[in-house]
Amino acid sequence: MSIPKVPRRSWIQRWHVKGIVVTGLLLILLVTSSRMTGVDVGMFFSNFGQFLNLLVRMSHPDWQYANVIVRPLLETIQMAILGTTIGAAFAVPFAVLSASNLIHNRFLRGLTRLFLDLVRTLPDLLLAAIFVAVFGIGSTAGVVTLAIFSFGMVSKLFYEVIETIDMGPLEALTSVGASKVTIIWYAVLPQILNQFVSYFLYTLEINVRASTVLGYLGAGGIGVFLQRSLSEFNYSQTAVIILATLAVVLVIDGVSNHLRRVLL
Amino acid sequence: MVEAPIISFKNVNKIYSNGTVGLKDINLEIPQGQFLVVVGLSGAGKSTLLRTINRMHEITSGEIKIDGEPIQTYKGQALRLLRRKIGMIFQGFNLVNRSSVERNVLSGRVSYYPTWKTLCGLFTQADREMAVRSLQRVNLADKLYTRADELSGGQQQRVAIARTLMQEPKIILADEPVASLDPLTTKAVMDTLQRLNREDNITVIVNLHSVPLARQYADRIIGLQAGQLVYDRPISEVTEADLNEIYVTEAVQA
Repeated sequence: MSIPKVPRRSWIQRWHVKGIVVTGLLLILLVTSSRMTGVDVGMFFSNFGQFLNLLVRMSHPDWQYANVIVRPLLETIQMAILGTTIGAAFAVPFAVLSASNLIHNRFLRGLTRLFLDLVRTLPDLLLAAIFVAVFGIGSTAGVVTLAIFSFGMVSKLFYEVIETIDMGPLEALTSVGASKVTIIWYAVLPQILNQFVSYFLYTLEINVRASTVLGYLGAGGIGVFLQRSLSEFNYSQTAVIILATLAVVLVIDGVSNHLRRVLL
Repeated sequence: MVEAPIISFKNVNKIYSNGTVGLKDINLEIPQGQFLVVVGLSGAGKSTLLRTINRMHEITSGEIKIDGEPIQTYKGQALRLLRRKIGMIFQGFNLVNRSSVERNVLSGRVSYYPTWKTLCGLFTQADREMAVRSLQRVNLADKLYTRADELSGGQQQRVAIARTLMQEPKIILADEPVASLDPLTTKAVMDTLQRLNREDNITVIVNLHSVPLARQYADRIIGLQAGQLVYDRPISEVTEADLNEIYVTEAVQA
């Protein structure tokens, strides 16, 4: 009996050339970036004491202050909800236009993605600075900033979800003679709805945190108070603000987990 | 008098963009009301043949006529109207798992509505009743509000058939409809197809792997091998040996 013929692996496969090359390149990238930017890892440890010092000063939260920040914290949440909703609503059509399994026209898809890339490139702080200049100090600037920021982020997350759906129902709807829009409504949306909700809530959570920073630039919300306490070196108040924000994030996280379970 | 065929293939060729031959010089006429079974190994071109009929696949050359009309030039609305009269059933059922059975069945009717009405779910009362009747025909009326993924495989395939019935099709294409089902549900699905063929005079074309099933249900059996039509007989002339040959010769070649 002869030995069955088995195809031989090429030497590239046998010595895992690709994996080794990629790992090597990554290591070189890491080392050169730290060299060229002059990041001193040692400093992190030698100055660690100052960080501890700050923590110690924050360790006596001024609980009375909690009454003061309830309103701005609510305002922050409202800003985040508004901004995320507006952004996500606009993101849906753009996500559909960017999904390679729905839009076969490369040019259209490329154009939409380029636009989304552009939106994502604009840092949220820059947006906030611009809109504070346009709309004046207050939460309008914050909401517009968050809307654009969420739009850029959510549309990417959404189209990646769309690209993972089961194409079977689309084939069936096509064979029925449905129009493209009907196909998306009947065969695509039901498949992605729960992931959309989950990404929406994730973005909401990010926006709650982001809007604390936006307050720095006068875009309303809890951030104004955060900045004030920090510039007054009133760390016991800072601690309360951080803890309150944490509580909000935890609640959103809980709701998000619950909804995902229910909707699945 | 011989009736004009509802489907006719004339010198049809299909070559995929990577050079693979999908169909090679197919000439075939299918009369109205026939139960046609297509047999052949995986990759022989059965699915391709089926999908050229409703233009889910484009052919490279040749001509396909349905009701005497060449379909190759259809676009937009005309193409959707063509697809409306051709129902299709898939191996993987292709239901929207998260939607109710009712919504899945109604989605078979969307081509009778303008797009905006389908988006608002504005189906007429008559069509909602039709959905119930379609489900009754496949014995699943009690599952109207169940979510599709809570049904068994055989039930899902019958929901898919009910969806197809909503199109009021003249032709039903079934691409390996029972390949992922057990023998009992296989019988339920095949019996349903047979009933539609006999009661509504719908032309049914089924791709099958199973020779015994083919012999049990078909009026006529055709065999494909590497994209070519190698066998075509009415059921009265089909012998077991013939069918085995379709499978064996190719297996030897491969």
